[in-house]
Amino acid sequence: MSSLAATLQNIFDEPGCAKNGSKSEAERKNGCTKQLQPGSAAGGCAFDGAKIALQPFTDVAHLVHGPIACEGNSWDNRGAASSGANLWRTAFTTDLSETDIVFGGEKRLCKAIKEIIDKCDPPAIFVYQTCIPAMIGDDINAVCKAASQRFAKPVIPINSPGFVGSKNLGNKLAGEALLDYVIGTQEPDYTTPYDINLIGEYNLSGELWQVKPLLDELGVRILSCISGDGKYREVASSHRARAAMLVCSKSMINVARKMEQRYGIPFFEGSFYGIQDSSESLRQLARLLVERGAPTDLLGRTEAVIAREEAWAWAAIEPYKPRFEGKKALLITGGVKSWSVVAALQEAGLELVGTSVKKSTRKDKERIKELMGQDAHMIEDMTPREMYKMLKDAKADIMLSGGKSQFVALKASMPWLDINQERCHAYMGYVGMVKLVEEIDKSLSSPMWEQLRRPAPWEALAKAMEQMRSPMATIADNPALAETERRATKICVCNTVDLGTIEDAIYAHGLKSVAAVREHTNAVGGCCQRRIEDILVSEPSALRQAAE
Amino acid sequence: MAIVTAPTKACAVNPLKMSQPIGGAFAFMGLRGAMPLLHGSQGCTSFGLTLFVRHFKEAVPLQTTAMSEVATVLGGYDNLEQAILNIYNRTKPKIIGICSTGVTETNGDDVDAYLKLIRSSHPQLAKLPLVYVSTPDFKGAFQDGWERAVARIVEVLVEPNANGLRDPSKVNVLPGCHLTPGDLDELRVILEDFGLCPSFLPDLAGSLDGHIPDEFTPTTIGGIGVDEIASMGRAGWTIAIGAQMQRAAEVMQGKTGAPFRVFERLCGLCPNDEFMTFLSEISGRPIPLKYRRQRGQLADAMLDAHFHIGGRKVAIGAEPDLLFDLSGMLHDMGAQVTAAVTTTQSGVIERIKTKEVLIGDLEDLEGLAKTRHCDLLITHSHGRQAAARLKVPFYRTGFPMFDRLGAGHQLSVGYRGTRNLIFDIANLVIAHREENDQPTPDKWRTAAGLPPYSGYRGPIGADEGAIA
Repeated sequence: MSSLAATLQNIFDEPGCAKNGSKSEAERKNGCTKQLQPGSAAGGCAFDGAKIALQPFTDVAHLVHGPIACEGNSWDNRGAASSGANLWRTAFTTDLSETDIVFGGEKRLCKAIKEIIDKCDPPAIFVYQTCIPAMIGDDINAVCKAASQRFAKPVIPINSPGFVGSKNLGNKLAGEALLDYVIGTQEPDYTTPYDINLIGEYNLSGELWQVKPLLDELGVRILSCISGDGKYREVASSHRARAAMLVCSKSMINVARKMEQRYGIPFFEGSFYGIQDSSESLRQLARLLVERGAPTDLLGRTEAVIAREEAWAWAAIEPYKPRFEGKKALLITGGVKSWSVVAALQEAGLELVGTSVKKSTRKDKERIKELMGQDAHMIEDMTPREMYKMLKDAKADIMLSGGKSQFVALKASMPWLDINQERCHAYMGYVGMVKLVEEIDKSLSSPMWEQLRRPAPWEALAKAMEQMRSPMATIADNPALAETERRATKICVCNTVDLGTIEDAIYAHGLKSVAAVREHTNAVGGCCQRRIEDILVSEPSALRQAAE
Repeated sequence: MAIVTAPTKACAVNPLKMSQPIGGAFAFMGLRGAMPLLHGSQGCTSFGLTLFVRHFKEAVPLQTTAMSEVATVLGGYDNLEQAILNIYNRTKPKIIGICSTGVTETNGDDVDAYLKLIRSSHPQLAKLPLVYVSTPDFKGAFQDGWERAVARIVEVLVEPNANGLRDPSKVNVLPGCHLTPGDLDELRVILEDFGLCPSFLPDLAGSLDGHIPDEFTPTTIGGIGVDEIASMGRAGWTIAIGAQMQRAAEVMQGKTGAPFRVFERLCGLCPNDEFMTFLSEISGRPIPLKYRRQRGQLADAMLDAHFHIGGRKVAIGAEPDLLFDLSGMLHDMGAQVTAAVTTTQSGVIERIKTKEVLIGDLEDLEGLAKTRHCDLLITHSHGRQAAARLKVPFYRTGFPMFDRLGAGHQLSVGYRGTRNLIFDIANLVIAHREENDQPTPDKWRTAAGLPPYSGYRGPIGADEGAIA
């Protein structure tokens, strides 16, 4: 396994990654994945990551060399879409038994490869290594090499057993396998000055097809998409592209950078989530292509398409603004997509009470600050319990997150929207962002929530009985106590300033604006700006009037 | 007597089978305040977790010891210790259920010894039940993991019945993993109607029935409590459902002396007649009027549905107990079980009413269904691709069922459950016929789904056949 160890070292030394570049030599050696915490870890293993990254190649047979758990528990579970071949949705596994583990699984693997070729004759077979054959020393590289020669067909070893690390590391190991064995092994039928690669785009729910028509319109050809709706031949000849876009941020940065190094294909990191981001990505693509010699009229044509699409999208979002007035959203995602979605949601009139930045880079965080103001509530790591509390206390009206935390929101009877890979709607490009806003509206305006939040009649009755005996009843009877209670309401959550303090300041100094309130109190006036505005325009309370 | 054949292929295609560890973890999910823990690399847990979440549409507690490559080489003691302490401190569980995986079985971790060491060095864990079950990925299947975990829970947590006194109204129910939370609730009502007080082990109806808890809980939100398990030895009877539960029932009897009876099937008229008679005997009460009426309704449903189900050539892929139960019911309705594929060895599969049972995968099932002209496919959701290719009606059952809602409430037990199941399957057949097999003037000669009738050889041959 020395070669796997070498590959790992190689991946951790990633000059294309800003975060990695700022580390010391020793830190870099430790790698970029955090040490997993036994008993509180979540997320997939390196095998999972490699499979996710490569499975969307639709015409390849994906053979998992391991016991039943690795493939039997996980196959056909992702929503990538194919425009043609369906072989990728067929699960192949060597289903190792105890005997194989005692005597070694290489022979079985070899036989399995032959069976697949006899049955399906795919253009290539990807063989995935898993923990157990890695432990017992099955040399899949050697088996794949022998099989490639014997059957005259590419049989590619994907050396990413689960226990070497996280899902993200698996993405990168998959990328290394493509670089080592696939990319550059075939030539395209023809090339054009408009050929591009999309790297790290998986065509989940077919969302790539919401952007592809725009590229088609511009005459830009996707030579190879790694790996959404991809074909083996396309990726094998992807080294002839003129430019590349790295779509899913860091997961395949090694592929983009090494293709730039080896084949001179310039790349940029972009995203098709969000309106401005889509425009920016189209612009960058056009710019890179023109720099590589495409006719300059591409730039103008791109701007025209952007202007048209943006106008359409903003107009489509406009009607939702009044409906979203005063609604608050909590955004919990991997983090890479955070800022691009933030912009679109704000444009639609939603207030963002928080966004996760767990996987975001410093640059991402800066952009979020730019968008949400200096007081942006950035969540590094939120436990499900905290999320539940935030929703239950109605600090947010809707949560947008990945499938793993969905029940936190739903069980609190709060609207929730899936914005990660398992979702069933496509949110890419201009069309996708409008779709996202539409879905948020559908969820927020559902009459169901109110019914669900209402307790059962007998529970409401029991509660009322209890309240009559509780100290709250005494408060209601005593206006002075009630006033104290009212004045204790927190207005600025960030700096803990209560209503009483702000009111006193307003009356003592005759304040008229939020800025003035900010000067005289500790209130930040960021997320609480609207609440302070409300106080400024409201009538003084009855007690104060009486006192005056 | 069915012939059981084992696979000769090197490559399983479209697996029917799932692994033992997640079957074991599934059993722990029916315990209150439980945290199942897979001792393996984090992918082992994450794949299982995703599968459960997609099936139940519920938050599912499942943790991992997150074995790395280095930990695998050095042994998993530290990871197991850390995992248990982390879970203990963060989620305050009532019980931790530990299942081994292929990784930790291959490197030979002695978990029983580890647990002793962990307990001796962390006295705060003294009262926390830690139940370990060995479930290597490379042996058995989902159902075996469940079987072993339940037997182990009984072994570790049930207290011996010291004074030998029994409460005749108390009944232990050991359900197989083929029963849904909905099935368990149905059984609970039936038992209670006989004046019996059942304890279900495991009780998935308490944890994965889809209720909304008042508070957020990182462990299971319901199920049978550890105390209740401890007192199961005082029950008058143990009822095991599915042959897989025989072992747990035997352990229970060996430990507490509680007599047991295994019901291999609870779907269909005769199996439920037997069940009701037994309940009447042990409770000393007549069959409640409600069930006399339900029996009549089931009989009527069978009369109405036999037109549609009778004669169907069914292809079924399921774990042994579910396969035995469902194929038995369909056989009783007049259907022919033409292709049967299962995941693992079991005593019941030889007795399935068919010629041959294959321990194989969905590719085998699809192939057999095609060559034998099956016109009804029954398996879990992974059969959807095969169903689309075969163009036959497809009934989803078993685990996982991720592309339809209500998996947790699909019923198959009792008179009422059987009645609903029969209606569902018959309706599926009717709908499929209406959508795809409307008669046309051209296809009267070869009804869809049937093999070409040997008497006919095209239009001319047909006349000859008729004369002969």
